[in-house]
Amino acid sequence: MVVFDKPHALADIPFHYCPGCTHGIVHRLVAECIDELGIEGKTIGVAPVGCSVMAYNYFNCDMIEAAHGRAPAVATGVKRANPEGHIVFTYQGDGDLASIGMAETVHSAARNENITVIFINNAIYGMTGGQMAPTSLPGQVTQTSPYGRDTNHCGFPIRVCELLSELDGPEYLERVAVNNVKNVKAAKKAIKKAFENQVNNKGFSLVEVISSCPTNWGMTPQKALEWIDEKMIPYYPLGVYKDRSAGIVKGAN
Amino acid sequence: MPKLTFKTDNCKGCGLCVDACPKKVLALAKEKINKKGHHPVEAVNEEACIGCTFCATMCPDCIIKIEK
Repeated sequence: MVVFDKPHALADIPFHYCPGCTHGIVHRLVAECIDELGIEGKTIGVAPVGCSVMAYNYFNCDMIEAAHGRAPAVATGVKRANPEGHIVFTYQGDGDLASIGMAETVHSAARNENITVIFINNAIYGMTGGQMAPTSLPGQVTQTSPYGRDTNHCGFPIRVCELLSELDGPEYLERVAVNNVKNVKAAKKAIKKAFENQVNNKGFSLVEVISSCPTNWGMTPQKALEWIDEKMIPYYPLGVYKDRSAGIVKGAN
Repeated sequence: MPKLTFKTDNCKGCGLCVDACPKKVLALAKEKINKKGHHPVEAVNEEACIGCTFCATMCPDCIIKIEK
């Protein structure tokens, strides 16, 4: 009996990601959820710009490539064109969703579009070589902040789940991490719920996944996962930020 | 006994599965290099495997298949 194998919704193509990059784990979780809900044939994914720009190569469902940051806008169009026929998800990084795509994200959340957003937060611009992102931590050394992020000059990181939880629109917001087995299992549950919400026509669901970037953080894959525990999670607390159906409106549990 | 199968050529040698294994079943092959130029993972102590799937859960490249 097979107890673990590559999900069907994931194509048999090697990922281009760096060794130890947790994008691969999140891709697999999304594909597992698509498999379990039996929606592969009617799912349309929207790929972002960033490291996961080539996500369209890896999923067996239909995929669209959006302009930088505009994935929720493209997803809105796809979903509204055929609300009952398709399940639409976007897969975006922090440089895409929290920076250039902030307007599209906030407005699609405010409109409570019935889409699923998977948001990978690794606190850096990965594809372009490790520049400071809107989510880089105070004091974090990056290519464009070699002495650490100076909050007097560069401002403070954006906590997307907290920001969106202030809106009346979104149905479901949760922050999870993929730095150990327990957190990966919790992340899977959150992603599945985000897809189920869409199947049940509940509205906008966003799952923020705290992820690692060993190459641009300048760490080994193991050290990067420890760094998530030590630095990222204290600044970005995990938990459900909004679940309207369950009556959770604000605050980590 | 659980059976582990690896797509060795897709392994990038990150070692996350090695760390996740509670029974120390896996190790990176120091003497081997795969098609990508990495030291791939191999089962050095397969009889200790309990089939918990922790290694496959943490593998970013989906190279591990586990049968029981």
